[in-house]
Amino acid sequence: MSTLTKQTKIGSLIDFPAKGFESARSQAKEAFEIQGLPGAKTEEYKFTAITKKLEQQLTDVTMAEPFEVTPELVNSHLFEGFDGDVLVFANGHFQSNVSSQIEGIEISLLSKKSDTSIGKIAKPEKDAFCAINQASFADGLFISIPKKTQLEKTILFLNFTKISSGQVIQPRIWIEAGDFAEASFIEQTINLTDVTFFVNKVVEIKGGLNTHLHYYRLQNEGSNAIEVSNIETDIQQDSTFSSVVISLSGEMVRNNLSLNLLGSNSEGNMYGLYLLNGKTHVDNHTNVDHTIPHAESNELYKGILADHSRGVFNGKIFVRQDAQKTNAFQQNNNILLSEDAVVNTKPQLEIWADDVKCSHGCTTGQLDEEALFYLQTRGIGKLQAKGLLLYAFAGEVLEHIKHEAFKTYCTQLVEDRLGAKL
Amino acid sequence: MLSIKNLHASIEGTPILRGINLEIKAGEVHAIMGPNGSGKSTLASVLAGREEYEVTDGEVIFNGKDLLEYSPEDRAREGVFLAFQYPVEIPGVSSTNFLRTAVNQVREYRGLDPLDAVKFLTLMKEKMKLVEIDQKLLSRSLNEGFSGGEKKRNEIFQMAMLEPKLSILDETDSGLDIDALKIVSNGVNQLKSKDNATIVVTHYQRLLDYIVPDYVHVLYKGRIVKSGTKELALELEEKGYDWIKEAVDSEATV
Ligand SMILES: Nc1ncnc2c1ncn2[C@@H]1O[C@H](COP(=O)(O)OP(=O)(O)OP(=O)(O)O)[C@@H](O)[C@H]1O
Ligand SMILES: [Mg+2]
Repeated sequence: MSTLTKQTKIGSLIDFPAKGFESARSQAKEAFEIQGLPGAKTEEYKFTAITKKLEQQLTDVTMAEPFEVTPELVNSHLFEGFDGDVLVFANGHFQSNVSSQIEGIEISLLSKKSDTSIGKIAKPEKDAFCAINQASFADGLFISIPKKTQLEKTILFLNFTKISSGQVIQPRIWIEAGDFAEASFIEQTINLTDVTFFVNKVVEIKGGLNTHLHYYRLQNEGSNAIEVSNIETDIQQDSTFSSVVISLSGEMVRNNLSLNLLGSNSEGNMYGLYLLNGKTHVDNHTNVDHTIPHAESNELYKGILADHSRGVFNGKIFVRQDAQKTNAFQQNNNILLSEDAVVNTKPQLEIWADDVKCSHGCTTGQLDEEALFYLQTRGIGKLQAKGLLLYAFAGEVLEHIKHEAFKTYCTQLVEDRLGAKL
Repeated sequence: MLSIKNLHASIEGTPILRGINLEIKAGEVHAIMGPNGSGKSTLASVLAGREEYEVTDGEVIFNGKDLLEYSPEDRAREGVFLAFQYPVEIPGVSSTNFLRTAVNQVREYRGLDPLDAVKFLTLMKEKMKLVEIDQKLLSRSLNEGFSGGEKKRNEIFQMAMLEPKLSILDETDSGLDIDALKIVSNGVNQLKSKDNATIVVTHYQRLLDYIVPDYVHVLYKGRIVKSGTKELALELEEKGYDWIKEAVDSEATV
């Protein structure tokens, strides 16, 4: 299996020469040898034939090099009203010269931090792409927010991509937050070229006691983007972590998001909205692991699918035997606007404790015709009425964005899309 | 204003309306009564343009225009308003936003400038008084979690905002207590003018004490089988529908 896998273009990346992190890299290679690339029979990638897609679309696999990003370019791509700090990446490589100097926190290249525990949170054994990243990423970013530091400004990860055909971008970020730290992050990618590329991203987030973190992602890179991301966080006692993922475009996108609730009175929230058209394929695999008593998780993913688009939602909730008094809530709702759009949704609950409150539900349907008629009888045009209803549906997720300017920006993008009926 | 001739409509192949004839002039109030399932809501829905119903025969002329050719939204813009028997709850759509969109789209169609936020709010306040609707209700999602009575009141409020020429009130009185009934009727009466007309669909004569009809029609098995003045409603209240049903059914068997 592994030799065959290595003959694939994407599998060859595992041996791509990369500096430093010897033990982490060899651990990743070993993990990759064992699991290989996901194929047609791999349960976790059943509906997302990513390996096949990459083999077809990536003509010649090379690592994308950094390029020069000017302050003007950065400024021209900041969304309106953004007043936070910006960390800029060019093809996944951190660009300190155009990034904000942020007081009170430590930021450096991962290669300068030999003592980090990369791969200890997002483990290469769990996902082949996570292993590939760990084996061959060039360098990454290390962010440490000291104890009791509450960042008032949001940190924007602004990724610029500029590639020639078939290139691979492998960003890697490690974030650690000390006890009582508070911070919020927004992730956004601006694609400057018009060729297919592959982003294979890993973000590991290590929270302390009573830390409160928000992580927002906007995926709107256009139909050339093939992306796999592995984002995983350890959530300690009395802490909260909230994620909102807005997916608006992409050729094939697979988001693995995992929350580990490791201390009591902790809370993990995952929200997602995907508006898909054309042949866009977006797969959200989420995983929340309740390991201790008295923790709570909330999850709401909603999708609107038009044309030939495909959505996949898989929500794993794992409640271990010790995790009594767990509250876990999960919901996935989809509206299909076309007969050719498909959604595969699967809640996956594994509950070993007996005193828990767990609820989950998923719905997939069409737009409510009765509501549509009601709006029309008030003189609202059919297109606009549809837009209003769809926006109302999507709004429930947007509500969870606590950064006002970012919320306004996303709302505008969503409204524009829905007003034009995707 | 409205002229319905030999209107036939069916749903999924089942005929429901089987030859309706009705003439309504500006300034008039017509009551439509009739037993459950006789086709009252169907008639209202067909006039408003619900797509599930297929018109198989007949015509509807509204102010000289062939109403059946128009989309539901254009009928509304032309001045037809349907107060739903069962108003729809629409979570996530704010009542105010919805109304502003509606009012401005109707205005645009009629060649009027859109109302800005201030003017819209002024209009809203004025109309809110008319049906004594609480501001708090309108800050919520459209009809979401409203009581039955609140929904009905909201229908009349929307009617007041849209200033239709022909209003069709489908059992707006059902489920209202007497105070709410008086308020709603009072609203309807204040909106009445010599230029607009109203169709009230109801089961209860009680409403007709407050909204006094010029004509009362009885709908049965998809046809108007009896028409009269407001005294007919009193007679129906007293005697029920059996005598009408019997007369119609025996005629049919002949
Ligand atoms: N979607 C549908 N499919 C099949 N039959 C329908 C449908 N909708 C309505 N009908 C039938 O059409 C007939 C007329 O219904 P309608 O709702 O117009 O009656 P109504 O006079 O308004 O009754 P009520 O007084 O109970 O409101 C009924 O027999 C009803 O069952
Ligand atoms: Mg009815």
